[in-house]
Amino acid sequence: MKLELRGITKRFGTFTANDSIDLVVEPGEIHALLGENGAGKSTLMNTLYGLYAPDEGEILIDDRPTTFSGPGDAVAAGIGMVHQHFMLVPVFTVAESVALGYEPTKGGSLLDLGQARQKVRDISARFGFHIDPDAVIEDLPVGAQQRVEIIKALSRDAKILILDEPTAVLTPQETDELIEIMRQLKSEGTSIVFITHKLREVRAIADGITVIRRGKVVGEASPESSESELAGLMVGRDVHLTTDKKPADPGDATLLIKDLTVVDRVEQVVVDDVNLEVRRGEILAIAGVDGNGQSELAEAIIGLVEPRAGSISLDGTDLAGLTVKQRLLRGIGFVPEDRSTDGVIASFTIQENMILDLYDQEPYAKGLQLQPAVIREEAGKRVAEYDIRLTSIDDPISTLSGGNQQKVVLSRELGRPLRLLVASQPTRGLDVGSIEFVHKRIIAERDSGTPCVIVSTELDEALNLADRIAVMYRGRVVGIVPADTPRDVLGLMMAGVPQDEALARVEDGSAATEISAAEEDPA
Amino acid sequence: MSTSTQTPAPGTRLDGAALRSPIDWKYPIVYGVLALLTLVFMGLLGGSSGKSTTFSFAAGTDLFSIPPLTVASQPTVIAAGIVLVAMAAIATWLATKRESPGIWFPVVFGVLFLAAFLTWAGADTGRIPITPLLAGALALSVPLIFGAMCGLVGERSGIINIAIEGQLLAGAFLAAVVASALKNPYAGLVAAPIAGAVVAVILTFFAIRYWVDQIIIGVVLNVLVVGFTNFMFSTVLTQNPEMWNARQQLPVLPIPLLGDIPVLGPVLFRQSILVYLMYIVVAVLYVALFHSKWGLRTRAIGEHPKAADTVGIPVNRNRVINTLIAGGIAGLGGAFFTVGSGLAFGKEMSAGQGFIALAAMILGKWNPVGAVFAALLFGFARNLGNTLSTMGTPVPSDLLLMLPYIVTIFAVAGFVGTVRAPAANGKAYAKQ
Repeated sequence: MKLELRGITKRFGTFTANDSIDLVVEPGEIHALLGENGAGKSTLMNTLYGLYAPDEGEILIDDRPTTFSGPGDAVAAGIGMVHQHFMLVPVFTVAESVALGYEPTKGGSLLDLGQARQKVRDISARFGFHIDPDAVIEDLPVGAQQRVEIIKALSRDAKILILDEPTAVLTPQETDELIEIMRQLKSEGTSIVFITHKLREVRAIADGITVIRRGKVVGEASPESSESELAGLMVGRDVHLTTDKKPADPGDATLLIKDLTVVDRVEQVVVDDVNLEVRRGEILAIAGVDGNGQSELAEAIIGLVEPRAGSISLDGTDLAGLTVKQRLLRGIGFVPEDRSTDGVIASFTIQENMILDLYDQEPYAKGLQLQPAVIREEAGKRVAEYDIRLTSIDDPISTLSGGNQQKVVLSRELGRPLRLLVASQPTRGLDVGSIEFVHKRIIAERDSGTPCVIVSTELDEALNLADRIAVMYRGRVVGIVPADTPRDVLGLMMAGVPQDEALARVEDGSAATEISAAEEDPA
Repeated sequence: MSTSTQTPAPGTRLDGAALRSPIDWKYPIVYGVLALLTLVFMGLLGGSSGKSTTFSFAAGTDLFSIPPLTVASQPTVIAAGIVLVAMAAIATWLATKRESPGIWFPVVFGVLFLAAFLTWAGADTGRIPITPLLAGALALSVPLIFGAMCGLVGERSGIINIAIEGQLLAGAFLAAVVASALKNPYAGLVAAPIAGAVVAVILTFFAIRYWVDQIIIGVVLNVLVVGFTNFMFSTVLTQNPEMWNARQQLPVLPIPLLGDIPVLGPVLFRQSILVYLMYIVVAVLYVALFHSKWGLRTRAIGEHPKAADTVGIPVNRNRVINTLIAGGIAGLGGAFFTVGSGLAFGKEMSAGQGFIALAAMILGKWNPVGAVFAALLFGFARNLGNTLSTMGTPVPSDLLLMLPYIVTIFAVAGFVGTVRAPAANGKAYAKQ
């Protein structure tokens, strides 16, 4: 089935998310849609899937103009979509998830789950998915959940499959499996639209690449293009994919985490007997697939969760029993994982957001009274120092882009002398330019002698920033390795393979991933 | 009265070793207190030595009759007390091993405690009529069960309905007025669901169309219905009670054979059509919710509306329809206060039952069958309080009348275990 988009324009108020976009996907083609976060990729795909109505332009399927009034029409036309955030009900079984919306029934309106189970088994067997139709979604690992989404689409006879940032939640090995599935689908004649901002994957799998920037198509590229060419096209200027940094000059270990165990609300162990040391002037990256206890570890350090066992000490004092506020005042800087809910208060002004943690401290307050003049002056300085693009520091912070909001958070957390920096996903959802900036500031903080703990699910970021990398899997530290460890080894460790075994497997060549192979291709 | 938690393998680690979680003393303490209460205060110091208690089961036209059971009060209570103390000890021992007994444990404990309590309370009067006790419990549970079903249908589709109270009251009001005007109780039965659905229309209009906080709009609706029915009562209904508020009662329709089973027959099968309708509503809802297309879609829009939307299910339309059906169910429950019980309409006669129905829904974990048992528990506690206070037992009647509310608080606060409301409960769904 051939898919063509002609002049698709979608506006939200005065903001044009998609500006006259043209795109052609040939039958059996894997077409990558490359662009930064916020470039308008997802809007375009939601339009194609009938979730948004385009303001202008038309969709052609096999050269016939088509309009979709909802996802149902798109599905009927043979379009399937795997959303970035899976559209699965966590408490449903696989069979129920596949049945939803297209329920096989018997005797009027009673569910015929047997039929749905059989469908799951058939598709699962055809592609080697190993999915149990009676498994409950929330018990499945993300890779398996993604395969359930693919089964959902295929069970409705999708001829065009849209995959929205499918690799964001996968380990490198799972990504390889996905690529294999994509190849298999392609060989059966399914066209695939693959949305991503990861250059490596595009080069590994795509037949054709369309790059969009700020809602416009800025060019077509071939998979043979080099990474920096693609990055340049995507960002609109030359970018440095790695940040230059001096070798670390570590001092004493000042952050000591001993036998730390954290359990969650339902008594599941989320951080399991973790031991870590972080020295002054080094960056320890905590790598791992999302949801393996990294966030909880960071929250335990700042005091947002109470550990069940073990201790955390900084500069020789045990942090147990100290409130979050006391910890902040001891010089812990904390960049939370979810910027919009934990990092800033959306309706507060930019300058208010800059002093959220020090509002009652000198010089921003005297007694009960805030010192607006001091706050304003300090905010002005920081805006200049961190190059925050804004209209006025009196605007609510929600008017800023993600990158600029994160700069505000950083200016707040790094704006005072620190004894420890903990940053969770410091560049999640940021554009390439902002990522560069954030990385530079974190390295500068390291160079000033602060121990830094960076939690990142992006392996590239961990490799780029870290002096040492601790890999976490299901709450445990699988191993702590130097920053020049090969990606494949880290990938295996992210899937729980112990360090030695991972090294051995990579050396005998049985575990090389396609992603890293793509990296080594001469550009 | 408790159920075990549904936590998957608590404290499991990668290597399968159990983590030493803190000992949960909640259950052993409650068991211990109740067991000692039984043994010491009701048994040893109960002042019932030499007296006896008779449990009677007969009620007229049974197929065969069960002879009354007479026991010596004090020895029975003491024996039960000893068993309860032993059970409390077992619970403590299990707690130190960080294990929890099965669901049978609290059930057996509860029944035994209740038996001991009744033996002690009946020692002075000598006679505990079991059948009326249970029949009364079911009667008091009817509006609770209808109310809980209403709440459940709404919340399973993501709409919190605090207005059950108002819907019950509206149902009671319209049922009384229509039945009285048409001189036919069945006409009231038809009118009642309409009243409940009308309240639901206002709820959905604000909650779904204008995204007003569902709890606030629910509370406001309760006040609105109370105000409206009070106004109508003191004007129209009191001016011409013959026309607008004459008593009408749904006749009892005994089911042949089933109705003659001792104890169960009179309790369950010598009822009016409204109670039989209740059985049908519960059974149909259970099957529909978990085994039908409608149920799958309903649960999906209550858990993850966007996922439902992406497969072409109209989320808000389904929510409106379900909330209206739910309103109808609650209205029907309201009819029990008037035509179901043969009473005229009175001011605020729903008396907070709508809120207890919500508690029953939570305690029943949003499952129709669970909610029925929870509602029966509340109904039984209330009826026990009523019965004992009229029988003149050693416990002050004011304390006994608190019983249902104490049970409610305990049930909802501590004994539910891990409950999980539908994930999108109370959240308006808006498309971009």
